[in-house]
Amino acid sequence: QLSLFRFTVKRPFSTSHSSVDSKEMKKFQLLAHKWWDEEGEYAALHSMNDIRVPFIRDTLLSMSSNYHLGNPLSGIKILDVGCGGGLLSEPLGRLGASVTGIDPVEDNIRTADRHKSFDPVLAKRIQYKSSSLEEIVEESMETFDVIVASEVVEHVADLETFIKCCSQVLKPEGSLFITTINKTQLSYVLGIVVAEKIMGIVPEGTHEWEKFVPPEELERLLESNGFSVKSMKGMLYNPLSGSWSWVESTSLNYAVHAVKAGAPAQSHATDTLPETDVQQRSATAGTA
Amino acid sequence: DVVVSGGGMVGSAMAAVLGHDIHFHDKKIALLEAGPRKEYDHMPDSYSNRVSSISPGSATLLSSCGAWDHVCSLRLKPFRRMQVWDACSEAMIVFEKDDLDDMGYIVENDVIMSALTKQLDAVADRVEVFYSSKAVGYTWPLPSHGCDTSPWVQVELADGRRLQTKLLIGADGHNSMVRKEAEIKNIEHQYDQSAVVATLHLSEATDNNVAWQRFLPTGPIALLPLSDTASSLVWSTSHDHASELLTMDEESFVDSINSAFWSNINHSDFIDTAGAMFRSAISLLKPSGTAVRQLPPSVAKVDAESRAMFPLGLGHATEYVQHRVALIGDAAHRVHPLAGQGVNLGFGDIACLAHHLSAAAFNGSDLGSLKHLLKFETERQRHNVSLIAATDVLKRLYSTTLAPLVLLRTWGLQATNALPPVKVRI
Repeated sequence: QLSLFRFTVKRPFSTSHSSVDSKEMKKFQLLAHKWWDEEGEYAALHSMNDIRVPFIRDTLLSMSSNYHLGNPLSGIKILDVGCGGGLLSEPLGRLGASVTGIDPVEDNIRTADRHKSFDPVLAKRIQYKSSSLEEIVEESMETFDVIVASEVVEHVADLETFIKCCSQVLKPEGSLFITTINKTQLSYVLGIVVAEKIMGIVPEGTHEWEKFVPPEELERLLESNGFSVKSMKGMLYNPLSGSWSWVESTSLNYAVHAVKAGAPAQSHATDTLPETDVQQRSATAGTA
Repeated sequence: DVVVSGGGMVGSAMAAVLGHDIHFHDKKIALLEAGPRKEYDHMPDSYSNRVSSISPGSATLLSSCGAWDHVCSLRLKPFRRMQVWDACSEAMIVFEKDDLDDMGYIVENDVIMSALTKQLDAVADRVEVFYSSKAVGYTWPLPSHGCDTSPWVQVELADGRRLQTKLLIGADGHNSMVRKEAEIKNIEHQYDQSAVVATLHLSEATDNNVAWQRFLPTGPIALLPLSDTASSLVWSTSHDHASELLTMDEESFVDSINSAFWSNINHSDFIDTAGAMFRSAISLLKPSGTAVRQLPPSVAKVDAESRAMFPLGLGHATEYVQHRVALIGDAAHRVHPLAGQGVNLGFGDIACLAHHLSAAAFNGSDLGSLKHLLKFETERQRHNVSLIAATDVLKRLYSTTLAPLVLLRTWGLQATNALPPVKVRI
């Protein structure tokens, strides 16, 4: 019975790909060389940069007081989880950040590495690794200022584990940016039927509606794992213009900015202070 | 990050504007100029014969990179009024600003270059100017995204050096090598006209804040103010007449100019009567009528050695952009000087392209990406095509003495002169 129990408990430090779904990996393997064709299968992701990069950039700038508009993200360490071919890592690198991009599909990392190699500035600023999030946790505890998980959480096998790992590699008060798809009737009709089967905006079979994440669920998981959700915005893709825009409704695509709670050591100090105070006073009282 | 090919007014301004853009602070820009570096420290007392009419919009652009201050401290002549009239009739149109603002400025091209060179020196850490460097070859990135060759543009210079860049901006004039090598089709047409330029001295000192242009059947003659006593000549006429003007003695040259502005030899009674009728009709409808006709100054002397001529033509590139390539200035479009818009269109291109590149840089985008380059192309083609077409139509309309066309343009000009909204748009 003990052994049965062991198998069912999820171990966050397991070396197995517990948040990576192998079926998902196979899907992306087939398209590994298509990443950088701006008009190809990944066109919608390329144009998503037009709103997700300014969102990340402006949020980080508003939280910082010391930056230069010519190099706005300079000095910031970012982890791009599920970086794919590096579509989001590269603009962040160009804005000055030191980016580590990880993706479980080796072909994606190969494509990303080759693409950045032609740019001497990016070649130094971005490091790619073929790996799952869990695999880097041990060597990267509280290493990153920012984690970006864009269009990833709807592909992971275990969202809570994923979020816990994010928390572990993120510095206290670090930022987590997530963009993903809501699980609604609308997202089934537009996100799967229209986008995949009818209009071919997204390669067929990319998404499974079952794995879409409602924002309330995401918020709940974040808040119960040490994050504070700062903003949540809806995103809408216009297939005619090929461009994204921000909208009120989160019923289709949406973006989240959450911040990891501050260093626990601080709260400890305030708790014990009154105690030592009392002890000292009684001590001095004793001697007096 | 960016290579600008061509160090003329437009190329230098493009490099200077990007160099002063805050989002380009950490970027590397190269400006390629085939000629040697010129020293502009001391402006000669005499005026240069190549001048440009700078619109207020262009002045704003030059201000944005700090060059306009230098221009003002060197020399320029603001003008408040433009009078344009026909040689074949009394028709006239006057452009004037109601407020006391300047309509535009006449500035020597050398003055603009001096100002831009200073501002390029000021950002030498970001902008490297390669003088005496001619590009001899370009290697374009292959469209396929999976191959192992560099996805950037390779530029080979005459001295064997190689540059690679994310974006090549062609500002290399109407015979643009960038445009040709990129295999961008160019619609071009050589006018059977050349422009004669010269620096003139007026008979008497005057406020000289009016730009004059008279449409002769052979082509428009324009007098652009340089100072209270000097003006610049731009006379577009047939190639033969232009050569004649260059070779004749100075006195005859001055006589030709005065005669061109004052003579009524091309008037016909028919046209004069028709024009007068139309004018009375307008004054019935619009009692305030048309503006007062002023008389242009008369010319006394021409600066020795200041006479020169150059051929005129029309040109328009079918595309302004390609992946990692953009064309600006005369490389993209070439117009007749009759509207004084040539360099202003180029400065307008710069303002638009710099705006899009700045936003792209702040978004971390690849500067050579067609996404924002196409936005620049659409905006500028929309603006430029109508102006270039209109200039061409005007040139053709005014190249004739045929009565019906003269009547048409006479009435057209008079009507336009009486309609403030249309004039403001122009």
